[in-house]
Amino acid sequence: MSSIVQFDNVGLRYGTGAETLSDLSFSLRRGGFYFLTGASGAGKTSLLKLIYLALRPSRGLVRLFGEDMVTIARDRLPGFRRRIGVVFQDFRLVPHLSAFDNVALPLRLAGVPERDLQRPVAEMLEWVGLSHRSSARPATLSGGEQQRVAIARAVIGRPEILVADEPTGNVDPEMAARLLYLFDNLNKLGTTMVVATHDLHLLSRIGSATMMRLDDGKLQDPTGLLRHPPARPDLF
Amino acid sequence: MFELFRFAARDKGVLPEHRSSGMLPWLIAIMLFLTALACWAGMSLAGAAASLSSDLDRRATVQLAEPNARLRDGQIRALMAELDKLSAVESVRRVSDDELAAMLDPWLGDTARNAEIPVPALIDLVFVRSGSAGLDQVKSLVATVAPNARVTADAEWLAPASSLLRTLKWLALGLVALMAVATGSVVVMAVRSSLNTHGETIDIMHLMGASDRQVAQLFERQIARDALLGGTVGVIVAILVILPLSARISSIGGGLPGETPVQWWSFPVLILLPVFGVGLARLVARRTVLSNLGDKL
Repeated sequence: MSSIVQFDNVGLRYGTGAETLSDLSFSLRRGGFYFLTGASGAGKTSLLKLIYLALRPSRGLVRLFGEDMVTIARDRLPGFRRRIGVVFQDFRLVPHLSAFDNVALPLRLAGVPERDLQRPVAEMLEWVGLSHRSSARPATLSGGEQQRVAIARAVIGRPEILVADEPTGNVDPEMAARLLYLFDNLNKLGTTMVVATHDLHLLSRIGSATMMRLDDGKLQDPTGLLRHPPARPDLF
Repeated sequence: MFELFRFAARDKGVLPEHRSSGMLPWLIAIMLFLTALACWAGMSLAGAAASLSSDLDRRATVQLAEPNARLRDGQIRALMAELDKLSAVESVRRVSDDELAAMLDPWLGDTARNAEIPVPALIDLVFVRSGSAGLDQVKSLVATVAPNARVTADAEWLAPASSLLRTLKWLALGLVALMAVATGSVVVMAVRSSLNTHGETIDIMHLMGASDRQVAQLFERQIARDALLGGTVGVIVAILVILPLSARISSIGGGLPGETPVQWWSFPVLILLPVFGVGLARLVARRTVLSNLGDKL
């Protein structure tokens, strides 16, 4: 399979401080399921930001969907961002929009007509167990409910890559299991999953997932599965 | 043009609708009120200057200051007969003694009608077309038939008034341009403030795949609504001021040629001002948003 994300010698530095991420070289195959782990402050969120195009690296090459994202023209970024779903650690829901409108936002931005988005949004809210709260504003939702809205918003557009930063951090075990089931199904439909988590229990639920571990901004890849070209081509 | 006012369903509520507004519609109302007044003044003065100019350019007066009444009448008759033959002259009319006396009454009273005061004879000429060719012909003819007569183009003695009208017209149009710049500046400040307020929402939209153009459209439409509301109020109030003002100016009279305080096409232009205001506000909002977002990833 082709790689959908490729990092070559990538470094990231905020301001003039030391590098937050250093010498990252890896590739993620299309349709793969990846868990990103590491201690707090290891750089997981920064790495995810590079993948979902919220940041450009300080050095190195980042390729997504086969295109160089470092030198790409700014006006071409929205097209790539629409192919990536993001579940933010702090949810980042639009505060004055209802749960329904938050979930509908990616579809509206993609130009989907109103009549065509009512049903999928309603179904998605039902799936995450929030159909009864579709008109509620984020401020009136609990942390878990906000997280489910954020997940619904990230997956509603059937992205090619889904990036999730601690997606089950605020939900109960039953909802966590349902969300993981959703991620697994999306992955089986071809979505590449990159999930940052501390939840070791979660890691064991997806047998086919590949582990990525960050230590002090450096990627540990003892098995060579993340190398580019891969150390074991038979796995790709 | 209706795209100016359309609020796409997919943009519905992405920015809080009550927020951008604040004082902006009322500031725009004041700007458009002043713009409408300046615009009306400019258009009226332009019309008056044009009318005055076209009236005077084709007119001249022959003045014969001959104290001997019999000789004066003979020369006038001879002059009128010769002037009538000129192809450049459209009409020749002797100003009657009564008209002359009426013109002098305000200054001299009944004395002007007293035969003891020699009053020059006047001939009003209207040329076929404006320009100096006809005037030169008349001067040449008058020099031959009545050497002591004097020919004066009307444009010469009303030139300062015409020039003043033109200056005031450009001043008024300059004020319109300044008001447009001021309105644009108000929109720039409002949009920048709104961009700061909604920075987080815009970041989220960008990460969901919104283009700068989509973000700009949200601001454009919000500003367009404010501009339409403010502009309409401003222009309605301006028209309510202009109508009685026009009536009062018309009632003053004065008998100046070209006196036309209100042009018929002034009101359609005034009514269209809010539309121009909306167009200007949208354009400025779009450019402000795009230039501000250009610095982000």
